[in-house]
Amino acid sequence: MEVDPSAPPCPYSQSFSQSKRDIEPLSLSRRAKSTWIGARGFDRWTLLVVGVALLLALPVFAVFFTALQPAGDVWRHLVDTVLADYVLNSVALMLGVGLGTLIIGAPTAWLTAICEFPGRRWFEWALLLPMAIPAYIIAYTYTGLLDFAGPVQTLLRETFGWSRQDYAFPEIRSLPGAVLMLALVLYPYVYLLARAAFLEQSAAVLEVSRSLGAGPWRRFLAVTLPLARPALIAGMSLVQMEALADYGAVQYFGISTFTTGIFRVWFGMNDPTAAAQLAALLLLFVFTLLVLERLSRRQARFHHTGQRTQRPLRLQLTGRWQWLATGTCLLPLLFGFLIPAGQLAVWTWRTAPKVIDDRFLELTSHSLLLASGSALLILLLALLLGYGQRLQPRPMVQLAVRGAGLGYAAPGAVLAIGVMLPFAAIDRTVDGWAREWLGLSTGLLLSGTLFAMLFAYCTQFLPVALHSVEAGLTRIRPSMDDAARTLGAKPRQVLWRVHIPILRSSLLTALLMVFVDVLKELPATLILRPFNFNTLAVRAYELASDERLADSASFALAIVLAGIGPVILLSRAISRARSGYDPLS
Amino acid sequence: MTPFLELCDLDVAYPPRKVIREVSLTLHCAGIGCLLGPSGCGKTTLLRAIAGFEPLQRGSIRLEGIELSRPGWTLPPEQRRIGMMFQDLALFPHLTVSDNIAFGLRGWKATERRARVDELLRLVSLEEFAKRHPHQISGGQQQRVALARALAPRPRLLLLDEPFSSLDVSLREDLAREVRTILLREGTGGLLVSHDQFEAFTFADEIGVLDTGWLRQWDSAYNLYHQPANRFVASFIGQGVLLAGRIGENGQANTELGDIEGESPAGCVAGDDVEILVRPDDVIHDDASPLKAEVAERAFRGAEFLYTLNLPSGARLLCLAPSHHNHALGQQIGIRLDIDHVVMFRRNWSVNCVER
Repeated sequence: MEVDPSAPPCPYSQSFSQSKRDIEPLSLSRRAKSTWIGARGFDRWTLLVVGVALLLALPVFAVFFTALQPAGDVWRHLVDTVLADYVLNSVALMLGVGLGTLIIGAPTAWLTAICEFPGRRWFEWALLLPMAIPAYIIAYTYTGLLDFAGPVQTLLRETFGWSRQDYAFPEIRSLPGAVLMLALVLYPYVYLLARAAFLEQSAAVLEVSRSLGAGPWRRFLAVTLPLARPALIAGMSLVQMEALADYGAVQYFGISTFTTGIFRVWFGMNDPTAAAQLAALLLLFVFTLLVLERLSRRQARFHHTGQRTQRPLRLQLTGRWQWLATGTCLLPLLFGFLIPAGQLAVWTWRTAPKVIDDRFLELTSHSLLLASGSALLILLLALLLGYGQRLQPRPMVQLAVRGAGLGYAAPGAVLAIGVMLPFAAIDRTVDGWAREWLGLSTGLLLSGTLFAMLFAYCTQFLPVALHSVEAGLTRIRPSMDDAARTLGAKPRQVLWRVHIPILRSSLLTALLMVFVDVLKELPATLILRPFNFNTLAVRAYELASDERLADSASFALAIVLAGIGPVILLSRAISRARSGYDPLS
Repeated sequence: MTPFLELCDLDVAYPPRKVIREVSLTLHCAGIGCLLGPSGCGKTTLLRAIAGFEPLQRGSIRLEGIELSRPGWTLPPEQRRIGMMFQDLALFPHLTVSDNIAFGLRGWKATERRARVDELLRLVSLEEFAKRHPHQISGGQQQRVALARALAPRPRLLLLDEPFSSLDVSLREDLAREVRTILLREGTGGLLVSHDQFEAFTFADEIGVLDTGWLRQWDSAYNLYHQPANRFVASFIGQGVLLAGRIGENGQANTELGDIEGESPAGCVAGDDVEILVRPDDVIHDDASPLKAEVAERAFRGAEFLYTLNLPSGARLLCLAPSHHNHALGQQIGIRLDIDHVVMFRRNWSVNCVER
C-alpha cells in the first residue's frame, strides 16, 4: 500500500505518505482480512434482531398454540356455564367504557382545543392527571368512599338523620360502577387524540363552512365532529383494549370477565389449556380493536392532508357558557383524580405511622428496582430492534420487529399465561431429563422466577419503548449514520455516539413511561411473581382485597405519585406542540 | 505506476434494478474528479459504492492498488479511510463545531487530536466558532465544518455528494474552488458528484458523464465540451444542436448549411446519414452571409443574445451574437458556420451503440 518509489513524482505523494504514517491503526493489510458481507447480506444484526423478536413474540404464539389443542372438560364446562357471562360482561364493559370515555373525553377536548374560558390553559394538562391512577386503585378508593361506613353515606345519614332502611344507595361494586371507574381513568386517551384532531382541523375548512352560512352548532355537528371521527374511534379503541385488559378493578367488583375467568380457570380449576383458550378468545377481541384503531388512524391522517393554516382565534365563551365549560372540564378532573387522590392522601395520613415500616421500604425498593431494571432492559431491547431495523431494512427484519410488538395491547393476564406455558414446559423437560440422567430434580428453573416476570414485562411494554425509539430514529437522517461510518465508527459505535445522544430526551421519556407501567402492572405480576416476592401494586391490591383499604393507601399513593411523572411529560409535550400533536401515535 | 483510484467494470444494483453498469474509470495520483449527470443517472449510487455503502454485483474498486470491494465482499466504510461530504451535510446536531471535527479522531492522542482540530479550524477559517453548535452558524459555515470534519482523519480520498447544491450559484463556485485548493493542500484525492457542469468544470481535473448507469465519457472538461465521445455527452455538456447531414462522395458532410469537413465516424461511407454538433458559438451572425435563418426565440444574456433560429427545413440552430445585434422575432438574419473541431455522429444510432 506504500506509494511505488519508482512511480513518477506525484505532486501530492509527499504529504500523502506523511498522512498515512499518522494513522497507523488503520492498516489495510490487516483490516482487509476481516470480511464484511455487503449491506444486503446476512449479518449478526439481522440474527440478533430476528432472534430477540421471535423470543418476544413467544408468549402470544404460545397462547394460540395451546388454545389449538382439543378442548377438555373444563372448556366444555365453561361453554355450558359461564362463558356467556364472560363474553357479555366483557362486551358490556368494553362498550360502556368506550361510550363513557367518549362522553367525557370529546367535549373536554373540544372545549380546551377550540374555546377560551376561565382555567382553559390549566385544564389542558390537568385533564390528563387521571391517567396516573390505575383502575384497581380508583375502584377500591371509591368503594371505600361510597360504602355504608364510608364518608359519603355517613354524611348523608348524619345530615338527614336516616338509618339504613331509609334510603337506597347505588352499589358501586357493579358492572355500571366498573364502567364508571374505568371511564374516569381512561378518558384521557380519547381526550388526547380528539384534542389533537380538533387542533389539526384546518381553520380554512371551518371558515369555508362559515362562509356558506353554517351556524356554530351546525358547524360543530356537520364539520368538526365528522372530521374528528377517526381520532375519536382510535381513542375509543385504545380505551376498549385497556378495559378488556383490566383485571384488578373487575376482580375487586366481583364481575366475571375474560381476565377474571382466566385467573379462575388457571388457578381455581388448574387447567392451563382452557385458560389459554379463554386468553386466545380475548386476544381475538383485542386484535379486532387493534385493527380498528389502525384503520381509523390511517383515515385520520388522510383527513388532515390539507395545509395547516393559522389557528383561528379561540371561541371566547362568555357569561354562563364559560362557567358551564369550566364545570364540564372540572367534573372529570374532580372525580377522576382530585377526590380519589385526596381520599388516598387522607387514608395515608391516618395509617402511615402504622404501615410505613421497614417492610414498606423494602417493598418500595423492590418495586423501584424491578421497574427501573425492566425499563432499562426494555429500552435496550427497543434500541436493539429499532436500530437493527434501521441497519437492515429488509422485509424479514421488519416482520420480526412487528412480531415483537404483538404483545402490544395484549392483556397482562394473557401474556403471563403465554410466559408460563412455555416456561413450565421447559422446566418439566429439563427436570425430567435431570431425573433420568442425573438422578436429581432441578425443580422450577424459569417459572416463578424474576426472569419470568422480566420477560413478561418485556413482551408487554416493549412496544411502548419501541414506538418512541422508532419515531426518534426516523427523525435522524440516514446520512448521519453514513457520515459517522465514513469517520471510522462501527455500526454499534454509531448508535452510542450519534443516535443515543441525539435521542436522549425521548429515550428518557420512554424510560419513564415504561417504568411507571411496570410499577402499576398487576395481573402479570400476580401470576408470575416468585414466592413471597411483593411489589407496591400487589401489596396494595392484597390489602384492598382484605378490606384493609386505609392500610393499602400508602402503597397506592406511591404508585399514583410515580404515575404523575409521565403525565407531566405528556402535558409538556402538548403545550410545546403548537398544532395537533399526537403523543400516542 | 499504481493508479490512485481504479474502478473496474462495476455493476451496482438495487435488485432487480441495475443502477450502475460496466463502469470503469481511473483517477491518477490523488487527483480531483467529478461524476456529472442528470438526476437519477446513478452518480450518487456510484459514490456510495466507492464509500462502501453499496455492495458490487460485478467488478472491483481499488484504492492505491488495494481492493476495497468486489462482489460478495465489501470492506466496511469505517475501514476505508475514505471521507465523505453529504448533500445535507449531516453535521451531528448534539456536538459543537470542534467536537464534530474531532468525531473521526477517536484513538488519537489528546494533544494530537487538539492540534489537528485547531489546524482544520484554521484551514476553514472557523476558529471563533469552535464552541458553537451547528444550528448556530450559517449555511456556508456549516459546509466548512462538514469539509473539516471529513478531512480531519486524513482520508486518502474525499467523496463529495453534491455538497454545494444548497448554496446559491455564485457562492457555489467560490466554495468549490476553495475546497479544491484545500484538497490539493491536504494531498487528498477528491471525487465530486454534481449535476451542475460549471461546478464540475471549476472543481475537477477529470469529469465522468453518467447516463442511466453508463459512464459515457471520462475526460477533461475541455475534451468533454470540444470532443464529446457520443451524442449524450454532446447534448448534456454545453449547449448546441445536432445538425443533420449526409456523407458525400468527397468525404465531407453535406448539410443545409453547406459542406462541412471533418473526421467522419468510424465505418461511415458515402451516403450515410450523420449528425454534426453545432455549438452556439460555432454559428456566427453575419449580415453579409447568403445563408438566412428566421429568429424563433431570443434570450438576452447581457453581453450577448442567444438566438434560437429556424432553418428553412424546420431544423433549429442556436446562435450567440453580441447583444448590439438586436433582431426581432420572425426576422431573417444571415449566418455562417465556423466550427473549430467538427464532431460528427452517425445518425439514428442508439446512444448505447456509440463507443463508450
